[in-house]
Amino acid sequence: MTVREVQQFYKRKSLNRILNSAFTEKIITGLIKLFGYSAILFVALIFYYLVHEGIATLWEVPFGTLLSTRWYPIEAFYGILPLLGGSLVVTIGAAVIAVPMGIGVAIYIGEISPRWAREILKPFIEILAGIPSVVLGFIGILVLAPFFRRIFAIPTGLSALTGAVILGGIAIPSIVSVAEDALDAVPRSYRDGALAIGATEWQTIWKVTLPAARSGVLMAVLLGIGRIIGETIIVLMVTGNAPVMPTSLSAFVSPVRTMTATVAAEMGEVAKASVHYHVLFFIGIILFLISLIINITATSIVFRKKKRSERILS
Amino acid sequence: MIRKILPLIIIAVFIVGGCSNPSPSVSDQTIKATASSGAYITNTGSDTIVNLALAWAEKYQSLHPNISISVSGGGSGVGIASLINRTVDIANASRQIKTEELDQAKKNGVDPKEFVVARDAIAVIVNPENPVSQLTMQQVSDIYSGKINNWSEIGGENRPIVRLSRETNSGTHVYFLENVLRMGKKDDKTFFAQDTLLLPSSQGIVSEVLDNPNAIGYDGLGYITPDLKVIAIAKTNQEPYILPSIESVNAGSYPIARDLYMYTAGDPKGAIKEYLDWIMSPDGAEIVSELGFVPISR
Repeated sequence: MTVREVQQFYKRKSLNRILNSAFTEKIITGLIKLFGYSAILFVALIFYYLVHEGIATLWEVPFGTLLSTRWYPIEAFYGILPLLGGSLVVTIGAAVIAVPMGIGVAIYIGEISPRWAREILKPFIEILAGIPSVVLGFIGILVLAPFFRRIFAIPTGLSALTGAVILGGIAIPSIVSVAEDALDAVPRSYRDGALAIGATEWQTIWKVTLPAARSGVLMAVLLGIGRIIGETIIVLMVTGNAPVMPTSLSAFVSPVRTMTATVAAEMGEVAKASVHYHVLFFIGIILFLISLIINITATSIVFRKKKRSERILS
Repeated sequence: MIRKILPLIIIAVFIVGGCSNPSPSVSDQTIKATASSGAYITNTGSDTIVNLALAWAEKYQSLHPNISISVSGGGSGVGIASLINRTVDIANASRQIKTEELDQAKKNGVDPKEFVVARDAIAVIVNPENPVSQLTMQQVSDIYSGKINNWSEIGGENRPIVRLSRETNSGTHVYFLENVLRMGKKDDKTFFAQDTLLLPSSQGIVSEVLDNPNAIGYDGLGYITPDLKVIAIAKTNQEPYILPSIESVNAGSYPIARDLYMYTAGDPKGAIKEYLDWIMSPDGAEIVSELGFVPISR
């Protein structure tokens, strides 16, 4: 080594020492902590803004109007029940499709499939999650809606059904990835034990592995539903947006108007600080509360105290 | 450690530099270009007018290369709201400004000036398979208000009627409500049937009508393609059924026609005034007829 190289070597070493010192570490951990807590701050600020803009609804619009079944904001009919009902119909429909399929795919990938099939399936499911929703909306309008109108002989394919099928499709990837992690976390000894006492592969999955992973699977389902209820552009494009109060099972194959589509379609034209503007923010508050409840339920399931039997087994 | 971080920093610098470096120069150029002529006109509003406004803007920019005009849609309500918020120079509207909007404009110190720039006929359209080819205004009103629910009631096949409409923020929606459903009567409280599909775009209506033999829709004449079936309309069942066309609108015989508006904040000045004058000149009117709208006859 030349003298110069030796000097450089030591220079570098001293720089490293500065970077590793307790002081910089404090700064770095402090910053990371700040980023972590900033999420709480953002949620609080968003909620504050929603309430600030939307709460005036409660004294500007009589409860009788708010809880009526006609939504026609340009003539001051602000009944939000059809919108709540529309969101509910689409969400239930999508959940009925996505939950069994999502859990089924997770079981296949996690428990049954050979290694090579798993290596192919997982990336494809991740790609499915990455398709922009507006593209799926186009497919819904041009392919699915006409198809459903013909095979189910319904007046129009722009209906809750089309919305539910596409939303079910986009919820599947989120359900699969969380549920598959949960199944993966079940100790190998459970399966070995079940198989050793003569259970078939299906019995092992259905009676042992799935129940052992149930809190994770339930969380997967709730996260999937959260994804469904907040989706906007797809429902705006394919559900027909007719604010009809769903009263019977036929609502699943009829046009519906969801809360998200209403806000998206009407927010652009509304005059600031008008009654209509406040009501749209009020719908935002309702949506926020719904997803908050879903998320709290999901986390409380995961963090709840394990039962004694489960502690002994694990 | 530095050795590990350094390449990352260099890459980051390149990425940031690569993204940001060219853009200032581009915007510098546009700023210079507009600064020398002083004309950058923004134009927002009615989706009915947006294609017409774009055609005007393109032609005008090719005649006056130093002027740039940006055009966007969103609905008449969006255009007027932007005018009130002073974020746009010219608002396009397929309906007149409402009194609440005028009040709000005055509160913001904006004095909207109205210009009738063209006329538009609204065509009632059905699927080409549908045998129904003519309706009276009363029948169209009854279909949309939910009194008539099956095509067989008006001489068609035994099919349910699927009603299609634009969203409530569309000027076309409001015009149709006031002049067709309520037939121009101010105290009439007829509504669109609640199961009327509210579609966010004109294109959505056209594609559903083309696909679905149950559907009935309405749209500006500029959006009507030859593969749609247009219904001939009569004012009453005593009068003749008329198809919408430039001639029938100008003659006043087609009943569902309206004026299209542009609004400016206060009296237009400078480049905006020159642009509006050109729009209402014979050159502007030529583009109006090219796009299937009806020029104002003066």
